[in-house]
Amino acid sequence: MRPILLLLLIAPILHAGTVQGAEHRLEVQVADPFIELHTGPGRGYPVTQVVERGATVEIVRRRTEWFQVQAESGVRGWVHRRDMARTLEGSGELLPVPDPSLTDFTNHDWEFGLEVGDFGGANAISAMGGYSINENLAAEIHLSHILGSETNQYIADIGLVHNIIMPDIRILRRFTPFLGIGTGVLRLEPKARFAQQLDSRTDQLAYVSGGVKFYLTRQFFARAEYRWHVIFTNRDDNQEVEEWKAGFAFFF
Amino acid sequence: MESRIRIFLLASGAAFSLAMLPPAAVHAAAADAASTAAPSQDGDNDSESQPPVIEPEVERRKVKTPKIKTSDFEIGGFAGVMNVEDFSANPLYGVRFAYHISEDFFTEATLGQTTVSRNAAEIFFNFDLTRAERQFTYYDLSFGYNILPGEVFIGRNRAFNTALYVTAGVGSTRFAGNDEFTLALGVGFRALINDWLALHIDVRDHAYRSTLLGLAKVAHNLDANIGMTVFF
Repeated sequence: MRPILLLLLIAPILHAGTVQGAEHRLEVQVADPFIELHTGPGRGYPVTQVVERGATVEIVRRRTEWFQVQAESGVRGWVHRRDMARTLEGSGELLPVPDPSLTDFTNHDWEFGLEVGDFGGANAISAMGGYSINENLAAEIHLSHILGSETNQYIADIGLVHNIIMPDIRILRRFTPFLGIGTGVLRLEPKARFAQQLDSRTDQLAYVSGGVKFYLTRQFFARAEYRWHVIFTNRDDNQEVEEWKAGFAFFF
Repeated sequence: MESRIRIFLLASGAAFSLAMLPPAAVHAAAADAASTAAPSQDGDNDSESQPPVIEPEVERRKVKTPKIKTSDFEIGGFAGVMNVEDFSANPLYGVRFAYHISEDFFTEATLGQTTVSRNAAEIFFNFDLTRAERQFTYYDLSFGYNILPGEVFIGRNRAFNTALYVTAGVGSTRFAGNDEFTLALGVGFRALINDWLALHIDVRDHAYRSTLLGLAKVAHNLDANIGMTVFF
């Protein structure tokens, strides 16, 4: 573990070389009377420079909604997306600046999220990733860590989700209910003080799920989900477990 | 439009004068009026039958997002001290990965490890933790909020962008052979040394329900660390 950590600590220094090798950058022309250059990527950072109409700036990088630009004089500063969207490309067209909105909520490729909940009485933490096959259908992977009083359980599952597109009414467009089905593996490990009574085991499971996504802002949404699991044990009866979880996710 | 009005006036003018004329002249004049009116009809049919003189250039613009390097991710390591409740304070090492959602919010995953040394609890309660059980390993998945953005000044000519942030998250702690569901609350300070390198100073509490020493309680494990991260 420690050599890896040391490597990560010195990684910034190694990284320096790759960053300095500046590649060809996009240049845009200021079309507003002027644009304001903040010292940092946030509205709280002061404006110390402006670039006037007609001048060109190079776009160095983007961080969240802020663009770092370099003026002809070599001065660097951060410009908000709103202002960048009113600058002109070489072709004289406005710079297309993607700005995720509600329309992308039902039409995106990737989503990632974190959820917390209850798995048959135990605390559950899940990380999820999904890929949209089309507007309605998506494939999802969940990795869960279930922390009970007697056992730890780990679940890796894969499933298909059907997103129900709501009618085009303002209030309903923020909601996307979904239904899912999937399968996975569950690894159960007893806690140290229950190691004598319980055995570690790995079982297959299947689930059906239902839930809802609620659009919050930009590429950000909340998720809540109910799952009904069947765990195929090697005992006489299969085990049935209910799970509730909720969390936040974002899409690309 | 204008030409049509003119034709209408011409035609109606012609009709008026025709009324004053003998029939033979009327015939000739009517033919004349028809020929005057004809171009307007021809004009309407033009676009369908003949190619227009000027081709309308409505070439659809391909909106292609120009490639701009984004640097919303942050990765790095940290080192510090962690105090494990009822046990001891020992060196801590860890890694941090963050994704900045907006200028205000970020999500963060941290993984840290410390090893408790032989301590009073073991002597008092007369037990020995094994080598593996001494490892205190945690992970947290947190949301962070940049509460106080600002600047710090070093000397006359240097200013660094900073942010004071708070984090709240959930995770798991493995200690003495048990994994425990952990709530992690913290406060941190980030100073951007340059555009892609950041210094972090963090203090975080990892709280979980513990029955390790026979008494059910919430154990608070505090860590303080300094780290470096790279934005990419």
